[in-house]
Amino acid sequence: MLMTEAILLTIFTAATPLMIAALGELVTERSGVLNLGVEGMMIMGAVSGFAVAQLTGSAYLGALGGIAAGALFSLLFAFLTLTLVANQVATGLALTILGLGLSGLIGEGFVGQPGVKMFPIVIPFLSELPLVGKLLFSQDAIFYFSIALLIAINWFLFKTRAGLTLRSVGDNHKSAHSLGIDVIKIRYLAVMFGGACSGLAGAHLALVYVPQWVEGMSAGRGWIALALVVFASWRPFRILVGAYLFGAVTIAQLHIQAIDINSLTFLPSWLFYLAELIKAIPSQFLSSLPYIATIVVLVIISRNRRLTLINTPASLGKGFVPDR
Amino acid sequence: MKKTTSMIAAIGLSVAMVASFTPSVMAAKDKTKACFVYIGPTGDFGWTYQHDVGRKAVEAALGVETAYLENVPESADAARAIERFARSGCSIIFTTSFGYMDATNKVAKKFPDVKFEHATGYKRESPNVSTYSSKFYEGRYVLGQIAAKMSKTGVAGYIASFPIPEVVRGINAFTLGAQSINPDFKLKVVWVNTWFDPGKESDAAKTLIDQGVDILTQHTDSTAPMQVAAERGILAFGQASDMIKFGPKTQMTSIIDNWDDYYIERVKAVMDGTWTSTDTWGGMDEELVHMAPITNVPDDVKAMGEATIAKIKSGEFKPFTGPITKQDGTEWLKAGEVAEVGTLLGMNFYVKGVDDKLPE
Repeated sequence: MLMTEAILLTIFTAATPLMIAALGELVTERSGVLNLGVEGMMIMGAVSGFAVAQLTGSAYLGALGGIAAGALFSLLFAFLTLTLVANQVATGLALTILGLGLSGLIGEGFVGQPGVKMFPIVIPFLSELPLVGKLLFSQDAIFYFSIALLIAINWFLFKTRAGLTLRSVGDNHKSAHSLGIDVIKIRYLAVMFGGACSGLAGAHLALVYVPQWVEGMSAGRGWIALALVVFASWRPFRILVGAYLFGAVTIAQLHIQAIDINSLTFLPSWLFYLAELIKAIPSQFLSSLPYIATIVVLVIISRNRRLTLINTPASLGKGFVPDR
Repeated sequence: MKKTTSMIAAIGLSVAMVASFTPSVMAAKDKTKACFVYIGPTGDFGWTYQHDVGRKAVEAALGVETAYLENVPESADAARAIERFARSGCSIIFTTSFGYMDATNKVAKKFPDVKFEHATGYKRESPNVSTYSSKFYEGRYVLGQIAAKMSKTGVAGYIASFPIPEVVRGINAFTLGAQSINPDFKLKVVWVNTWFDPGKESDAAKTLIDQGVDILTQHTDSTAPMQVAAERGILAFGQASDMIKFGPKTQMTSIIDNWDDYYIERVKAVMDGTWTSTDTWGGMDEELVHMAPITNVPDDVKAMGEATIAKIKSGEFKPFTGPITKQDGTEWLKAGEVAEVGTLLGMNFYVKGVDDKLPE
């Protein structure tokens, strides 16, 4: 395997769970619900995905288990915030804390067991293309699904009537209600879709990324997914860019640490000098680079307020009680 | 349907786990009670797992009652957990993480009749506190030697957690071991700045392999690097416990933290009334460091590894024996000179041959 290929593959693996979880949250937020429980739903998906795969021996059933667990767990959030109209921010945070604790409890007996790995599906002919063959056509099922999901969500939101209905609920729930749209039902579905995606992202962590279960293995990836939704200003294809950029920075900082500077002497002198400078940066700083990059992009995006306002669902985070 | 049953099984299992949460109670032959405070889950297959193996050994060998608390954070919760144990009739309390240092000493002052044992710390503020730790670096020297014998590229990858003396010592010992076989041996170090993040550890493992290392070793606690090594078909070393089941064709050996003998000895001392405050820093000689069986290597390499282990164990050889040059080229130890304990405990420099800049 070529080194570039190998590096890109690692980046793709790091980006896939972020993209799936962010896409799910995007749909939820487009319906006007802010669910900060992504991290909690993700870890529930990871533990359930691992458990089901372990008990059935099938990584695919594991992925389905992750999806089911994420959706079920988000139902709790939906009930509290949509039916009981509890505060969405507080409930979302509670969901994260609950998910982290509950998953540790469920996963107790699975710690330290080698997991079931989801193996890549190699597509004939296409996978023999140079570079892209290995990257795009020799991947695991969840990767293919993530790309399909991206296209499907984009199509659904902006090209279908149902998508328009969902967005209208997110932009102005009162108008939508007066037009006879069942706001609560649509939001329930959107929240559960988000939960299912987070669950699948978690299952990816436990079945593809590192085939094992350990407490807290999502390690903050749910929060990154949340940030990506804002980063993408609620547009699906920008999530693709954000997730892969984040993955690239994460992996690049590890490569910078490991690279032998003397192997770069073939570079022009100014580039070599630059590489030397980068190499001199402490690893603690490099580790935080992906997070710094996210903040910088968020700052740049939010400078243009009008553009942000156009894309932000206007009813985001607001509770809705239908008048009778 | 299959899915439903497995979900039910998972839930059932979690209920069983809740039941096991309550401190285990054994038929007590003696009123001595040994209690343990853990930083992680007993099933982490690394640090905490090995401490719990030690707890079970105490139970089996002495027939005393034991209890443990797991997942205790190194915050104000630590003092609360330790105090709870002290009040509930524990005669000796083992606190098994560096971050429990101040909490242990604080509670110890309030309960002069209870004995406290703090792992990896250095503060013994009252006469009822002992500290203990292991010379894990002795094992790392052996790993270095095996790595140099087995590597075709002459470069090994090292996944490091935090730049503290404990970790730096390990990197240096590994390098010295490797150089004793191949003076040109190189070590690539990647700092992940965490003890436990399987995702990050596996990313680091992939990175190192992509950059041409063909042997992996780690000073982080998850089994993820071992799994990546197995997947990519290179050799690796386990950490803290025997990780052979995560890489049956991959693990060459593993450093195993063996607390069994120490725990039994200390609890027995409490029973006999001979317990005193001590500071233990033992290695292979005191059976605190064990090595997993050497596997997946040719017989001569296995023999060499075992010979080195025997020499370290007998005290005939110490890994930090001169001549050793620091990374910056200055002389650290003259030929035949053995490093002082103080320098080792506060080690903050690399030896020559480490291809990395030590983060400060």
